[in-house]
Amino acid sequence: MYSDKVLEHFTNPRNVGEIPDADGIGKVGNPVCGDVMFIYIKVKDDIITDIKFKTLGCGAAIATSSMITEMAKGKTLEEARKISRGDVAEALEGLPPQKMHCSNLAADGLKAAIEDYENKKKQQT
Amino acid sequence: MKRVYFDNSATSRTDQAVIDAMLPFMKEHYGNPSSLHGFGREAKKAMDASRASVAKLINADPMEIVFTSGGTESDNLALKGFVFANKNKGKHIIISSIEHHAVLHTCEYLQKNGFEITYLPVDSDGIVHPETLEKAIRPDTILVSIMHANNEIGTIEPIGELAKIASSRSIAFHTDAVQTVGHVSIDVKSEGVSMLSMSAHKFYGPKGVGALYVRKGIRLEPLLHGGGHERGMRSSTENVPGIVGIGKASEIAMDEMKTEAEKLTRLRNMMIDGVLKKIPRSNLNGHRTKRLPNNANFRFDFIEGEGLVLRMDMRGFALSTGSACSTKSLEPSHVLIALGLKPEQAHGSLRISMGKDNLEEEVNQFIDALPEEVAKLREMSPYNEANPMVANEPWCSSEDHDHHETEVR
Ligand SMILES: Cc1ncc(COP(=O)(O)O)c(C=O)c1O
Ligand SMILES: [Zn+2]
Repeated sequence: MYSDKVLEHFTNPRNVGEIPDADGIGKVGNPVCGDVMFIYIKVKDDIITDIKFKTLGCGAAIATSSMITEMAKGKTLEEARKISRGDVAEALEGLPPQKMHCSNLAADGLKAAIEDYENKKKQQT
Repeated sequence: MKRVYFDNSATSRTDQAVIDAMLPFMKEHYGNPSSLHGFGREAKKAMDASRASVAKLINADPMEIVFTSGGTESDNLALKGFVFANKNKGKHIIISSIEHHAVLHTCEYLQKNGFEITYLPVDSDGIVHPETLEKAIRPDTILVSIMHANNEIGTIEPIGELAKIASSRSIAFHTDAVQTVGHVSIDVKSEGVSMLSMSAHKFYGPKGVGALYVRKGIRLEPLLHGGGHERGMRSSTENVPGIVGIGKASEIAMDEMKTEAEKLTRLRNMMIDGVLKKIPRSNLNGHRTKRLPNNANFRFDFIEGEGLVLRMDMRGFALSTGSACSTKSLEPSHVLIALGLKPEQAHGSLRISMGKDNLEEEVNQFIDALPEEVAKLREMSPYNEANPMVANEPWCSSEDHDHHETEVR
């Protein structure tokens, strides 16, 4: 069902963990549906310098979490915000159709983390 | 890597003796049982012998056995066949809320076609209580269908007691015994059931063949019309190799069932004790003792079942889960929900279903490997004892959010 790339990311997920002093945190999903993703980012000069995730979910949810952290690291906020669900799925060499909902979380989670960072920044100024 | 098959409730390895019995009915004795010539007669004879073996396994009369294409068809024939033939007597059907989809979806179909369905609740172990059946019966109830053992949680239902309640009111009683036939001894006469479904591939027979026991005097409307095979109840040229296979599997079961059940009960208990002891925040789903000898079903807090199935697969263990992400519907298992579990608890379930090939050392290897994989997933999870799962927090998406998008690439 899953591509080799999905299985590889699922087995050895990158950037698992929390960032205690994160600049932005994105929380998406719902335990009721079985998938929850928390994304933590550190931002410097509008660039994502560090990113970590914690995910409760299926193979697709974990693999997409891992993939999106790799894709977003080092990118500007503007670039990172543009990463779409489709981009993540493509980077993973495709996802099964019934798994699209799980994989949507990753792009949403990253966007939520960036939004959280920007809201916090606005409050400070 | 050595692989361990712990998914025998999904399907089992076809016994070599079954394969050996079947092959001649493709290679040499390939006749049509309806033909008059020698080829036909050999096939007919083999089919009759198989019918006798299947009947003997459940203490039925050979004339009461209808061969089908498997458990799903047997359930469909029992339910639709019975209610279509008896709809002048009433339109009410009672089933349990933990039936297999072969029964559940058939009843949904019947509901759309004018029948009324009552779903009996189960207790937190998955048991249907006879009082609930008594209360649900109405003057227009014509059929009760309650499974013998549940395929996910393994709980065994008191079908004898339930059937007695039905028959005392002249209501027919069907049981889906797909998970028990060939594993647990069944006597249709002493249990008092009117119809019983079975499927060969769940007890070391081939896929695509099953049977429905239909007690003498029960009238069914056929699903398949045609040449009038199976005494008019199931037209289509008989699957002779498959039928020979289910017969052979039945014979083997009669010889081996008792020792197999003893062995598997011991391994199952080892498995349950070992896992619950070694993994914190783990629970058993289903009844502790009134359960299939081969079934253990756990749930682990803070993680999701599909991930665990995948990780254990990489360690060589074939398992299954009732998590939503493992299904097309994206709903967690209706069985776990019927036990009173919350969806967020139901997602973390894991089913182990053993078979006669499994060894004690495999159970030990499993008990060693599982805690490591649960721990790895828990490390990745945003939830833990200090941060317990809370449903529907402000940031949570609503249940339907994004679920039905069909963006596919
Ligand atoms: C309880 C139960 N009923 C019915 C079925 C369907 O059987 P089959 O796959 O032979 O159609 C199964 C198999 O998954 C089952 O476990
Ligand atoms: Zn998922």
